[in-house]
Amino acid sequence: MSELQALQQKINYDKTFDCVQCGYCLPACPTYETMERETHSPRGRINLVKMVAEGKASVQDLEKPIEKCLGCMACTTVCPTNVQYGEILEGAKEVIEDHQIKSTSRKKIEDFLFGSFFPSGKWMNTLGNLTWFYQKTGIQALANKSRLTKLAPLHLDKFEQVIPQQPSPKERSKRAKRYKRKRPAHAKVAFFTGCVMDSVFFETNQNTIELLLRFGFEVVLPEQQTCCGALHAHSGKVNESVELAKRNIKAFEEEEIDYIVNNAGGCGARMVEYHHLFEEGTTWRERAEQFVSKVRDISEVLAEVDDLVFNKSVDRTITYQPSCHMTNVQKVKNPPLQLIKDVPGITLKELDRPDFCCGSAGIYNIVNYEDSMDVLDVKMKDVCGTNSESVITTNPGCLLQMKLGIEREGVTHTMDAVHLVDLLLEADPQQK
Amino acid sequence: MSNWMEALKEEIPDHQIMTEIADRYSYSFDASFGEHLPDVAIQAKSKKEVVHIVKVANKYQIPIYPRGQGTCLSGGPLPVYGGIVLDLSQWPEKIDVSADDLTVKVSPSVLTARINEEAEKHGLMYAPDPSSAHVATIGGNLAENSGGPRGLKYGVTKDFVLGLELVTPEGEVIQTGGQTIKNVTGFDLTKLIVGSEGTLGVITEATLKLVPKPAGVQTIMVEFTDVQTAGKAISRTLTSGILPSKMEFMDQACIRAVENFKPSGLPIDAEAIVIIELDGHPEALKVETKLVEGIMQEIGASNVSIPATSEEATKIWQARKQVSPAIAKIKPTKVSEDATVPRSKIPEMMDRLHMIKEKYQVEVVVFGHAGDGNLHPNILCDKRDQEEMARVEQAVEEIFQAAIDLGGTLSGEHGIGTMKAPFMEHELGAVGLEMMKRIKDSWDPNGIMNPGKIFPEKGQKLVLRNE
Ligand SMILES: Cc1cc2nc3c(=O)[nH]c(=O)nc-3n(C[C@H](O)[C@H](O)[C@H](O)COP(=O)(O)OP(=O)(O)OC[C@H]3O[C@@H](n4cnc5c(N)ncnc54)[C@H](O)[C@@H]3O)c2cc1C
Ligand code: SF4
Ligand code: SF4
Repeated sequence: MSELQALQQKINYDKTFDCVQCGYCLPACPTYETMERETHSPRGRINLVKMVAEGKASVQDLEKPIEKCLGCMACTTVCPTNVQYGEILEGAKEVIEDHQIKSTSRKKIEDFLFGSFFPSGKWMNTLGNLTWFYQKTGIQALANKSRLTKLAPLHLDKFEQVIPQQPSPKERSKRAKRYKRKRPAHAKVAFFTGCVMDSVFFETNQNTIELLLRFGFEVVLPEQQTCCGALHAHSGKVNESVELAKRNIKAFEEEEIDYIVNNAGGCGARMVEYHHLFEEGTTWRERAEQFVSKVRDISEVLAEVDDLVFNKSVDRTITYQPSCHMTNVQKVKNPPLQLIKDVPGITLKELDRPDFCCGSAGIYNIVNYEDSMDVLDVKMKDVCGTNSESVITTNPGCLLQMKLGIEREGVTHTMDAVHLVDLLLEADPQQK
Repeated sequence: MSNWMEALKEEIPDHQIMTEIADRYSYSFDASFGEHLPDVAIQAKSKKEVVHIVKVANKYQIPIYPRGQGTCLSGGPLPVYGGIVLDLSQWPEKIDVSADDLTVKVSPSVLTARINEEAEKHGLMYAPDPSSAHVATIGGNLAENSGGPRGLKYGVTKDFVLGLELVTPEGEVIQTGGQTIKNVTGFDLTKLIVGSEGTLGVITEATLKLVPKPAGVQTIMVEFTDVQTAGKAISRTLTSGILPSKMEFMDQACIRAVENFKPSGLPIDAEAIVIIELDGHPEALKVETKLVEGIMQEIGASNVSIPATSEEATKIWQARKQVSPAIAKIKPTKVSEDATVPRSKIPEMMDRLHMIKEKYQVEVVVFGHAGDGNLHPNILCDKRDQEEMARVEQAVEEIFQAAIDLGGTLSGEHGIGTMKAPFMEHELGAVGLEMMKRIKDSWDPNGIMNPGKIFPEKGQKLVLRNE
């Protein structure tokens, strides 16, 4: 195979032919709107991948347009010919990673995040503690110390401001691994805690377990579970992300369970695509398919339960910002809305453009801070227009980003950002 | 290159001038065939900027190609001789509705569907409805004289234009037409510019006509066991005093493709279906629906369904919308034609298409706005198969020939661009084409405005293959 052919295969050249360049994806793409050029549109990106595969442009030319893509997948939902943009994007990222042409500042940031901030070793035990540690010592200070901020302004202080107060390592370690029920359970679920969720939003995870129990599920937390690998894949680190997938598949096979439940739209989206990582016909593929068939967002399993009452009225006007990955990859749209509507006292004001990304997009808001803020500003205009007191989301990245948006708009005294789980628990659900 | 680039920079902000290879390739294509790398892509956001860019292009004799959202199906915005792609899509949106005058003033970048959205707030309607209306710009629609299903009753883009503002190829600004429905002052330059595919200048503002929004709509789906009867049914309806807002045709191949792609409950055994939409006062709709039902039964339709709810009707139109993506699943490359024939010739055209399909062994499916004779024969093929593409080229030529033989035209709405230029003389005759060329030459003495479109090069042939 010639070098160009190898590149074509890796970059999914064949898949670019599904794009008929109709442009239907243009109005859906947040970066086309904020960056105002075709280069930063889905159609433009796919065309550039094709140009690189045909040797007309270099991998270097591709780097910026690909780096600036949010990966929100809004383009795939509107595409009439079903172009597999996700695969084209990941192929492009892998090729860029292979060519090691990322700018030094970007590489430094990624090394920092993947090396220190998201250690891929013993996630579950250490990460939450690390966040706590960082919060105590200051993330920015740490970044300063590694001289990273000299290369690229990281704006970590902005994020630090909106991270909730963390429980101490001692409180974390008190969490049980198994929650049995006295009454017969609706189903037995394994809770995928997620690394960012479990570190930054530990309370919400605790609430998730509580909520599952109240809704009548038996809950286990497999100890060997690890990061879903989404952030790695989005950065072109394919091997690492396959490794993480394998570890998760193994960890969850060890339990007899009906569902693998998560409360992070981005993680769920990664996990429902685990089977794509393995070749057809292999045992890993089969194991992955088994795994995938059990993956559910928490809203999906809760919405199925009908023997429940909410005891407390939540008299608030809220709006709902769906996670892009939940909408466009998991294709879960209705369950969260249905649950919100069930909460007594709530006034739901829907956004004009709920499907427009908030700009968080994994580590996008850290590595492409300015671009991310441009997207966020568009979103916040819509959010503020609803005059809501709370923005409900279903993904840790979105949650942080919405908190950031609320800070930026200077409306912290009238508005907050809340995970769906926390809202539901506030309404005090009990089995009838 | 440097001189004219320097001149451009004098009045255009740097971030609107794109010279990197990634950006240039991003403006090298449209929704048709071919890819041509421009030297630069420049975004204009005001009339002043357009004037400056065009003046520089004219002075230095650099070709310039206006571009909206690049959804053209005939190669209109392709920079075939390099030079400047003028991206107008980022111009700030302006939609000023004058409800009392039933007019609206718009900037060239406005997405066509947005005009109708704003009009509806005043109980009005902007009727032209190309299926790309939510993506394409009004500038592109004006340049291509685009139309859609509602063209049957309301007409196409040109029927809705009252006045235009244009920057000529020499960089002068002219206003054509006005704000009134009636206007006979001098030559009708407005109509000349509409449909000129960006070869006569850059449209920087348009005043459009609005009509009252109909009070109600009613959908009817009719099935046929042969294509000829479907053709007859269309003519019969239109001669019985009823003017539906839409009459859409799908052949069996399309129906089956849709059902394979996204099952929508279409009748897969029908040889053809016609989907009709009537609009008007609810009382009138009841009467007309009965009449259409009667006509269809009498002529031998195998089934007539009248959806009881608007949801059911929406489902039928959704299915119609799926045709384009659905047929793309048959084979990866879609060559869409829009040859149009007089309405009475539809059955004959269907026969000819069938013969062409057999002769060249290519996959042809047909759908379209049958009410106005605007068929969309689509050839499904694979761009990577050079041998097949050669047969497709021949088939396309013969489709054009068939349309012209039957008294029809090369293009009902997608335009000539690069793709159909080789067939122009055949339809217009040498003198007809020459008169058009003289108009073009006097408007654009240096030949800088969107060269390579409409007018064929000597010996130019249709090419769908990459060399
Ligand atoms: C899936 C699909 C469905 C379609 N359906 C229809 C349909 O139903 N009916 C129909 O008629 N067409 C249809 N089209 C074709 C296309 O959408 C139209 O031709 C549309 O008008 C192009 O608009 P645009 O903004 O994309 O213009 P572009 O493609 O960018 O340009 C089109 C032409 O207009 C010129 N131009 C653009 N802006 C200006 C301006 N301001 N001043 C002067 N010249 C200008 C360009 O030079 C070019 O020649 C369809 C296309 C696709 C991909
Ligand atoms: S909508 Fe799909 S086919 Fe159309 S341009 Fe975008 S990616 Fe390509
Ligand atoms: S994934 Fe999102 S940001 Fe990227 S091209 Fe698609 S719509 Fe645009």
